[in-house]
Amino acid sequence: MTLTSSTETLTTEPKPGAERGGRRARRFLSRISGAIVVLWGAATAAFLAQAALPGDRATAIFNIRAGQAQERTPAELAPIVDAFGLDDPLLLQYLHYIGALLRGDLGTSYQQFRPVWDLIGEQLGSTLILTVTGIALAWLVMVSWVTLTAGRGARLKNIGSAVDTVTASLPPYWLGILLLLVFALWLGWFPVMGGGGLAGIVLPALTLAIPLAGFMGQAVRAEYERTLDQPFVLSARMRGMGDLGIRIRHVLRHASLPAVTLTGWALGATISGAVIVEQIYSRPGIGKTLVSAVGAQDLPVVTGVVVLVAALYVVANVLVDVAYTLIDSRLRTS
Amino acid sequence: MTVIDVARATRSRARLDPALLASLAAVAFFLVAAVVPGFLSPHAPTALALDEALEPPSFAHWFGTDQIGRDLLSRVIHGARESLLIGFGAAGIAIVAAIVLGTLAALGGRVVSAVVSRAIEVVFAFPILLLALLLVSILGASAWTQVIAVGVSTAPGYARMVRGQILSAKNAGYVEAARALGHSPRRILTNHVLPNAIRPLVAVFTMALGQSIVWASGLSFLGLGVAPPSSEWGALLDAGRAFIMQAPWLTFIPGLIIVVFALAATTIGSRIQQNLEKGE
Repeated sequence: MTLTSSTETLTTEPKPGAERGGRRARRFLSRISGAIVVLWGAATAAFLAQAALPGDRATAIFNIRAGQAQERTPAELAPIVDAFGLDDPLLLQYLHYIGALLRGDLGTSYQQFRPVWDLIGEQLGSTLILTVTGIALAWLVMVSWVTLTAGRGARLKNIGSAVDTVTASLPPYWLGILLLLVFALWLGWFPVMGGGGLAGIVLPALTLAIPLAGFMGQAVRAEYERTLDQPFVLSARMRGMGDLGIRIRHVLRHASLPAVTLTGWALGATISGAVIVEQIYSRPGIGKTLVSAVGAQDLPVVTGVVVLVAALYVVANVLVDVAYTLIDSRLRTS
Repeated sequence: MTVIDVARATRSRARLDPALLASLAAVAFFLVAAVVPGFLSPHAPTALALDEALEPPSFAHWFGTDQIGRDLLSRVIHGARESLLIGFGAAGIAIVAAIVLGTLAALGGRVVSAVVSRAIEVVFAFPILLLALLLVSILGASAWTQVIAVGVSTAPGYARMVRGQILSAKNAGYVEAARALGHSPRRILTNHVLPNAIRPLVAVFTMALGQSIVWASGLSFLGLGVAPPSSEWGALLDAGRAFIMQAPWLTFIPGLIIVVFALAATTIGSRIQQNLEKGE
């Protein structure tokens, strides 16, 4: 076990010297091009989704706006065809859409005839606060749980990883209801309806945090136990460092790398989980806007959220790269 | 593998642990419920009893009753068929799409494999729920949409898996041996690479089934899937939300059923996977 783990680390260690600089530059370039591809892919998918609305688009938009379903005369439809440029060839519409996106214009809502950015923008702050609190809580829960249970004998290890597996698969709609029932209705520790205060965010954030913590825990636990066998841990022990100190200062630092990667990836999932959580706790946020837009087939609003989440994903992954170099000094350039 | 290793592997495979047994029992129960619901359910799922409305779980009604006195246990049992059909449909779409895309990504020409791999990665970057919501807003909310939306949104994750399996099977020792023996690339592909890449998908499909039901129920919960008169598990959960203060069991129990099914499917799937890995 010890033998295989030490050879594994050796092979993943970066090679010294000039080769490392070249590799970093290439990695950086591939990251940038990857980010652009993600954003372009999201924008194209968003456009295609709008174009794929079944039936005549002008009629569909008119009916979504009026909340009815009936045939319209060309005269009635003319202002809509005009406003959305529906007479243009598809390629031109696509270029218009991309051009508008580059200027930060996400389009106009079919339902409310307001700019999508206004609709989402006023709700986004609340959702982002919930998401970031949820991710921070997830780290806190995961680090405490893994530090308490990893590398402390087979029984604790089994309990620890079983809890990871179960929590990782809890759907937010059920977990949210469970926490609401136990802590708000039964024990009365927190308000039932979210509310804006600090007490109101605890349960919604925990609903997002617990599955994410389990998910990250699954990735961290194996690495954590492998790191406990590393020579530098032994040398820290020989210097007389306490067990908890070693676990937090040395082991956690290395073992947390997979969780850092997962956090960047999970940001989008956490935002969309927030949509469900906001429904359960009646919290303000993009949830209500998004769900009613999906129900009404108000595509510009839905695709607006998709494009925003893509942008946040890209930003999060840049932050993940930075965090990597801060945590693992072996990756830092000289 | 030495003789002792083989002996140990067979012995541990023959032993059934309690978690696996419980999972198999749960899945078997729901399968029976889906095929012959009347056999298991104590009451008719639509039998009204207004004098027994919103009763908590008791011996007469194990899961309690809803606002018009319908027995929740019977509704859960009768909802199994629709829930499982949606789950099977979505998991089927996901796995078939994953096999096609994963094979193209791993074995296509240079351009095809680069484009498909990149596309899989880009779509994979998006949260499953958001993709599903996008598809629902194009197609309109219905049970069919739920199947398509969940199947398509979960496909990229499985496609990555298939691609990885094929690539690792392609580089395995036995392929090298077959190549050294002068077998044709096509024969190596159909006889060695694909079987070894696709066999693990039995395990993946089982897990996908559980996950599909979780995602589909999420859509119903948001009111964007099967509508409440149906007793699909997500729809039950959504319908129960209005009574969360007076009758918490109406939301707690359907949610628990979804989680139990998903956990059981995941447990069985990962056990199949372990056995396949051990067997190789």
